[in-house]
Amino acid sequence: MHLLVCGGTGCRASASDAIVGKLEKELEEKNLQDDVQVVMTGCFGFCEKGPIVKVLPDNTFYVQVKPDDAKSIVEEHVIKGRKVDKLLYRDPETSKEISDSKHMGFYKKQLRIALRNCGVINPESIDEAIARDAYAALAKVLGEMTPEQAIQEMINSGLRGRGGGGFPTGLKWKFAADNKADQKYVVCNADEGDPGAFMDRSILEGDPHSVIEAMAINGYCIGASKGLVYIRAEYPLAIERLKTAINHARDYGLLGENILGTNFSFDIEMRYGAGAFVCGEETALIHSMEGERGEPTFKPPFPAESGYLGKPTNVNNVETYANIPVIYLKGANWFNKIGTEKSKGTKVFALAGKINNVGLIEVPMGTTLREVIYEIGGGIKDGKKFKAVQTGGPSGGCLTEKHLDTPIDYDTLIASGSMMGSGGMIVMDEDDCMVSVARFYLDFTVEESCGKCSPCRIGNKRLYEQLDIICKGKGTLDDLDKLRNLSHVIKDTSLCGLGQTSPNPVLSTLDNFYHEYLEHVNDKKCRAGVCKDLMQYIIDNEQCVGCTACARVCPVGAISGERKGPHNIDQTICIKCGACIEKCKFSAISIQ
Amino acid sequence: MVKIKSLADLQKLKADMQTKVDLREKGESAENLVQVKVAMATCGIASGAKQVMEFFMDELEKRNIEAVVTQTGCMGYCYAEPTIEVTLPNQDPVVFGYVDTKKADEIIEKYVKEGILVDGIIPVNYETIDDKNK
Amino acid sequence: MEFVNLTIDNKTVKVEKGTSILKAARSVGIDIPTLCYMSLGDMNIENKPGGCRICVVEVEGRKNLAPACCTDAHTDMVIKTNTMRVLNARRTVLELILSDHPADCLICAKSGNCELQDMAHKLGVREIHYKGEMSTYKPDKSPSIIRDMDKCIMCRRCEMMCNQVQTVGALWGINRGFEAVVSPAFEMDLEKSTCTYCGQCVAVCPTGALTEVDHTNQVIRALADPNKTVVVQTAPAVRAALGEEFGLKPGTLVTGKMAAALRRLGFDFVFDTDFAADLTIMEEGTELLDRLGKFLNGDKEVKLPILTSCCPGWVNFFEKQFPEMKDIPSTARSPQQMFGAIAKTYFAEKIQTKREDMVVVSVMPCLAKKYECQRDEFATDGNPDVDFSISTRELANLIKGANIDFNLLPDEDFDNPMGDSTGAAVIFGTTGGVIEAAVRSAYELHTKKKLEKVDFEQLRGLEGVREATIDFDGLPIRIGIAHGLGNARKLLEDIKAGKSDFHAIEIMACPGGCIGGGGQPLHHGDSSILKARQIAIYQEDKNKPIRKSHENPFIIKLYEEYLGHPMSEKAHHLLHTHYFDKKNEFLIE
Repeated sequence: MHLLVCGGTGCRASASDAIVGKLEKELEEKNLQDDVQVVMTGCFGFCEKGPIVKVLPDNTFYVQVKPDDAKSIVEEHVIKGRKVDKLLYRDPETSKEISDSKHMGFYKKQLRIALRNCGVINPESIDEAIARDAYAALAKVLGEMTPEQAIQEMINSGLRGRGGGGFPTGLKWKFAADNKADQKYVVCNADEGDPGAFMDRSILEGDPHSVIEAMAINGYCIGASKGLVYIRAEYPLAIERLKTAINHARDYGLLGENILGTNFSFDIEMRYGAGAFVCGEETALIHSMEGERGEPTFKPPFPAESGYLGKPTNVNNVETYANIPVIYLKGANWFNKIGTEKSKGTKVFALAGKINNVGLIEVPMGTTLREVIYEIGGGIKDGKKFKAVQTGGPSGGCLTEKHLDTPIDYDTLIASGSMMGSGGMIVMDEDDCMVSVARFYLDFTVEESCGKCSPCRIGNKRLYEQLDIICKGKGTLDDLDKLRNLSHVIKDTSLCGLGQTSPNPVLSTLDNFYHEYLEHVNDKKCRAGVCKDLMQYIIDNEQCVGCTACARVCPVGAISGERKGPHNIDQTICIKCGACIEKCKFSAISIQ
Repeated sequence: MVKIKSLADLQKLKADMQTKVDLREKGESAENLVQVKVAMATCGIASGAKQVMEFFMDELEKRNIEAVVTQTGCMGYCYAEPTIEVTLPNQDPVVFGYVDTKKADEIIEKYVKEGILVDGIIPVNYETIDDKNK
Repeated sequence: MEFVNLTIDNKTVKVEKGTSILKAARSVGIDIPTLCYMSLGDMNIENKPGGCRICVVEVEGRKNLAPACCTDAHTDMVIKTNTMRVLNARRTVLELILSDHPADCLICAKSGNCELQDMAHKLGVREIHYKGEMSTYKPDKSPSIIRDMDKCIMCRRCEMMCNQVQTVGALWGINRGFEAVVSPAFEMDLEKSTCTYCGQCVAVCPTGALTEVDHTNQVIRALADPNKTVVVQTAPAVRAALGEEFGLKPGTLVTGKMAAALRRLGFDFVFDTDFAADLTIMEEGTELLDRLGKFLNGDKEVKLPILTSCCPGWVNFFEKQFPEMKDIPSTARSPQQMFGAIAKTYFAEKIQTKREDMVVVSVMPCLAKKYECQRDEFATDGNPDVDFSISTRELANLIKGANIDFNLLPDEDFDNPMGDSTGAAVIFGTTGGVIEAAVRSAYELHTKKKLEKVDFEQLRGLEGVREATIDFDGLPIRIGIAHGLGNARKLLEDIKAGKSDFHAIEIMACPGGCIGGGGQPLHHGDSSILKARQIAIYQEDKNKPIRKSHENPFIIKLYEEYLGHPMSEKAHHLLHTHYFDKKNEFLIE
């Protein structure tokens, strides 16, 4: 028998260490230490109800366990085999106790469709993929469906582009199919560029065949015999695995001429990008593949009409493709039952920032931010207070406490002033300065703008500079108005999606954290203590004993004072390195 | 290599492969076969998954444990890389996180050999599409 | 033809399907401002990257503003071009552009002729609200062109000209974001690139980012030197454009005023490059007939077609990009260089002046001429045949600086002996002109018959590639014409592939020929100006009493007194040249 005690940060904070100690002590007293092992685990993700103890092999799930409960767990459950009722989780709707964790709601918070094979199969073995149904959907589509039927099935599924735009995939295919041409192309956009997002890489590294299969289906639907994967050269492992997978698929005849004995022929080539964020924009991506400068052009014409080498081209993102084989295998009706009215299926998110379970998760559309952060992500690190969550990468916005119960889908996120983006989700706590956060994203945009249109090339630079001025304590109220006007103009006039969304981090922080901007501008204060120029290190004369330790460690000689007399920091010299505060044994130095 | 020329071919191959994988996973023919999957995505490799995988391959052989060590993709538990999944014959798979060679040694000695769980288990908290079907 | 109806600023507009909002608006007198957009409609040249975002307008039902230049008009569109939202956006965008542009208008070469300055004036910008870091780049000076990329606004016109029109490939957008700029690859100097100095980038640059190397000071210094005899020559296309710099209507011929102005500037001899153009026809025409004769006699070694060689941008182009074909063009020097060679020998002897004491200045519609006159092969003992080449624009500046009221000047004649020319020479200034002039002479020389009609309409026009068959008394001569290096490339590829049936091809680097040269008054995207200049050139031809080069009495005299006959040894020495393989010169060291 095993007693699993949650060792996630949240549970640790609520004394799970003590629980382990108590359990071991109880077991020892009953002389059971050889039969029952107490094991500390990683976070169960259900931190709201922590600390958690799970009993194996019967899967009993105890919540909100206190160290004193150790006695009853050992005496009742371990020895007498009776579940401790008061520690069982109650279903919030039925109020019934649920003992087996597999039937608990929070297990259903995550559903892996796009990630179904990641971490399950050996990505370099096509046999293992086939054992898990790879290429069965292709066989089904080729054998049983006309391209029109297959496109209709895709439209019915309600799948929308996972790269950020959220355009209905089936419609996109229909447009490409409707344009007649001697040659068409299917392109997989693997130019994942949002800071902190890596779901596409993980899918290509973990389940490359799902993407290959979906591209072949896509090719059949629109009448393309050539597929291209545009992938950033910074993803060497993903490239390697994808190449291996393509070769295996060719060996089996699943790519190439007359696939599965039909008239359909399809093959895939790789194209490498240098990792420019803007090349995720489909027209820029196509230019880059053509060997031109990777910058967007005005749409229309859309790629479906005139794309790669002027031919009709369909571009979909990796995660979008990874969903597709399952949709054909299980049917559009299965898929469109998952998710919300307008956003079907699941979405993969890369959880990052001040959250305990940093990682890759996949949840049905409609899951709330609260569920993601507190029930899957394990809550905020070190028990700090949640401040904001940034979704949609540099194009998205910061959402706050009041948005936590918003169900996540394409439309609600936009309505809240952010967007889905490719699925980066960065959680911030009270130690994050929202002005600095906006500045961070603008810094990224300034680097990644292609420079073609003036509002994005110059405007974002000016936004960044304006934010920098505010962070340095030199901003005025006037600057805040300028920020807002400039943001609106950049959104209104930029050529492509990058510029049209790049001011979102500024606008959403202005909307939701205006008080922090005001503090920076009026009071010259940064409540999070991030903006160095707004901090002052002050020595409390009462506490200072004149040991001179701070003065000796100060690298710029900003601290003066007599031995055994109170010391003083010259603010004009101080570089706010914090060395003095670490050295002071008398807690005489504080940050104001 | 034999080409898959029809749906029937594909289905046959799938059945073969499933049996093969099942055999390996369920260990019906080889009662003691242990399966270890190491998450070898970029993030895992960066945190040392390669060394862990090599360690398992070498040590399981040295210690005469019949086992299959394979690589797999990202399991999603980035905070706990490197992660591995160990499946003992006729048991549910168990995921361990923060696995270095020291931890790996402990896992072999305690869990693989004696079935005793060790610290660092990552609780799996998601549904699969197969669950969803049920 | 399909039409669409839409509303712009409450006006109903009917335009052909596929028309941009910009053109639709302009058709009803709504002048949406543009900056990066440029169209030379008659020559199929259009720049519309949609980059500057000055022309944005509000389209009902659309989330963001639409760039008028590259959004097509659709039926039932309701467009507003002057709402608060549009005006604020447009002004803010312009302020952004100005915030990254040096405000040294007072001393900028483009001041008064700058489209960015005009835009700031038009929109009434009095304050730049968004200031910050400005982008800076290392200045780059080549023999012909100066690049000051601090002033680049990324309109990409130069890049479009250099790549799409000229297919030279010297200028490209490089770097990302705020550092994005147009530059030769790897930020090399222009001199090390594939640049031909055609100057089309300068001709379209809306700001002072691309300008010519200014030689006016050297000219003023030479004029002020009492020990120097300063001789000036003016190219055919200059007289059809110079007037524009003084507010005259495009297409006004100012030949006489120009001669008067040059004389007042203090040039000792006011000559005409047209004289040398006639000389070029003698040499080039004879070479053509020579090759043709050999060909007709079954000589398999002879190279046909013969390509004209009077355009220095074109010479640079084939030396850098098609060096394997360098024995195909005529070996005749350009008129500028023929003029210099004759001036510093024949004419210097005549007036008993030493070569070193003579300064030859050329006024050219061209920037490649600046480079051409600096080529080593066109100097004797380090003394160049042509000392300085200035552009039409530079001449205008010289005239303005010398307090000369150009429009009040009387018409004066050129000096003799190198100022007299024929109608055949003046049409060198437009595409098709050189070959027409050559045909006029070659016909008579070959057939020994008098040419009754000298106007070859089939050789004229503005189409990029033209061809015609001229009947040389029973012998059909196939003529090809290309202007713009991209069009030249097409003909060259054909020759390379053995698919060309032409006997002679005229090539001009600049669209329109010299009338559209990189040194001409700026057309600011108005192709009607180029058309007017072309009409003026043909008018000047008509006005001339003699219209065939070989009938120029001073040319006849030159051969009698000095050269002997065309392609004589002396003529070879002074009037012909050879070409170099420069393909690898621009590779990175």
